[in-house]
Amino acid sequence: MISHEEAEAILLSLKVGAASVAASLPIAIATAWVLARRDFPGKALLDAIVHLPLVLPPVVVGYALLLAFGRHGPLGALLAPLGITFAFRWTGAALAAAVMGFPLVVRAIRLSMEAIDPRLEAAGRTLGARPWRVFATLTLPLAWPGLVTGALLGFARALGEFGATITFVSNIPGETQTLPLAVYSAIQVPGGDAEALRLSLFSVLLSLAALAVSERLARRGTKALSRA
Amino acid sequence: MLEVDVTLSRGAFRLEAKFASDAPIVALFGRSGSGKTTIVEAIAGLARPERGRIVVEGRTLFDSDRGIDLAPERRRVGVVFQDALLFPHLSVRANLAYGERLTPAGERFIDHGRIVSLLGLAALLDRRPGTLSGGEKQRVAIGRTLLASPRVLLMDEPLASLDAPRKAEILRYVELLRDELRLPIVYVSHAVEEVTRLADRLVLVSDGRTVAQGDVAEVLGRADLKPLTGRFEAGAVIDARVARHDERYELTVLAFDGGELVVPNVDALVGEPVRARVRSRDVALALEIPRDTSFQNILAATVESMGDEFGAIVDVSLRVGATPLAARITRRSAERLALAPGKPVYALVKAIAIDRRSVGYA
Repeated sequence: MISHEEAEAILLSLKVGAASVAASLPIAIATAWVLARRDFPGKALLDAIVHLPLVLPPVVVGYALLLAFGRHGPLGALLAPLGITFAFRWTGAALAAAVMGFPLVVRAIRLSMEAIDPRLEAAGRTLGARPWRVFATLTLPLAWPGLVTGALLGFARALGEFGATITFVSNIPGETQTLPLAVYSAIQVPGGDAEALRLSLFSVLLSLAALAVSERLARRGTKALSRA
Repeated sequence: MLEVDVTLSRGAFRLEAKFASDAPIVALFGRSGSGKTTIVEAIAGLARPERGRIVVEGRTLFDSDRGIDLAPERRRVGVVFQDALLFPHLSVRANLAYGERLTPAGERFIDHGRIVSLLGLAALLDRRPGTLSGGEKQRVAIGRTLLASPRVLLMDEPLASLDAPRKAEILRYVELLRDELRLPIVYVSHAVEEVTRLADRLVLVSDGRTVAQGDVAEVLGRADLKPLTGRFEAGAVIDARVARHDERYELTVLAFDGGELVVPNVDALVGEPVRARVRSRDVALALEIPRDTSFQNILAATVESMGDEFGAIVDVSLRVGATPLAARITRRSAERLALAPGKPVYALVKAIAIDRRSVGYA
């Protein structure tokens, strides 16, 4: 029913999506918190940088990643001795997806953090909680709906990421060929329309499944809050 | 002992607060926006003064000269906020435990069980804050703050968002705390009934400045502060004891230094100290004892001084024995009675003018 190549592309997409969300979430949470709760010179600049992948052509982002994390790029050369390589590897696809999804994840988390009354956090401080404990016990749990939404948006963005990925890590079956890239390849082959359609269908099912899971998670979290 | 002397700017608003108190309850009294909450925030460490000193029970929390500025979590200053600010994702039990858990066992002097029973929280422990009524929320908030074993309790308009019956309920709890825990309380309010009921000492705040401080009755009685304490609120506070109850008519007789005051039934035992507030506008004056009158209280008094003589209204300061009292009458009446300092008069007060909300436990 599902061919080996198709399964490979589906699993790879899931792996890339999960890895990109897992890697970007902590950084996104920290960035969202800084943007929501701190005032400092250069905040507008940070905000602009965070949003950059949203407004740049994906190809440009992919090319920038290639320049920075390629074998001869400054960051790529720095990380290579540590055994971390991104170029033409599935990890590179995850990195590209994480960068492209980052603005969406940050935005969702930031919005839900900004919706928290800062005086709740002040109350926590007066009760003896240090700032990191206030963050862990109050800010983070109260921002739960935003975390789930952010993770879903990041994951969905990773499932659909095409331009930055193909530019940065090419289109290698079994390594970097995620579902959208597989669809693209199928279209390039004469008579590959049926295959492209099948792959597109899997893509739709995957996205719907992700949506359903996140809805459940968000509802479970907000149930605790709405009873509140 | 609480000492505050700070300066703080926030945009165009400037706060200059200087006061000290060793009373069980000191009230910060003033209109909304006068800067009372900013003072609370400065003491709690949630707002940073530009200069000054804050000392609580001998412990310096802030001193710009010595470079001391303790973080809020190290101040041991408990705050009860106007809108309770319970953590919505936690049960009442977890809310109560939040600060208690963070207090080192050796520094806990507030007993968990005692607070739960004192504030009547046992039935609420498994509920979520969202399912609680306003009064219940405020009780939980008070309990949560106390269980962190603070060295001073700041209450920032704790009754402002409650309806009248809930107000009375929480006031009773605050009185219990004052009498049972021996914890200094700073009580912020713009409601004169609350302040006179609870506080011993009053700090009057206006436009970001502490303009007067002293004994509650003294500050509220000062004619020069009337524009700040408010015309409607002008009145006298009488410290009294319950002399006896008149069961038949459901009245209570209060004895004070200068006479007796008949009021509607007060829920207190004979001999208990209470405090009654008599509004100036509820006091009428006569030169002779009126006969066949419905006035329950006819008190022999002496005119101390007369307020400003312009307009329709005159505030007359009186003394009944050793107790100050004030009457607000028309200028026409004042002239007809030829009132002047030193003149003996009779102060007439309707018993029902002193309602339940005006009488509190001293």
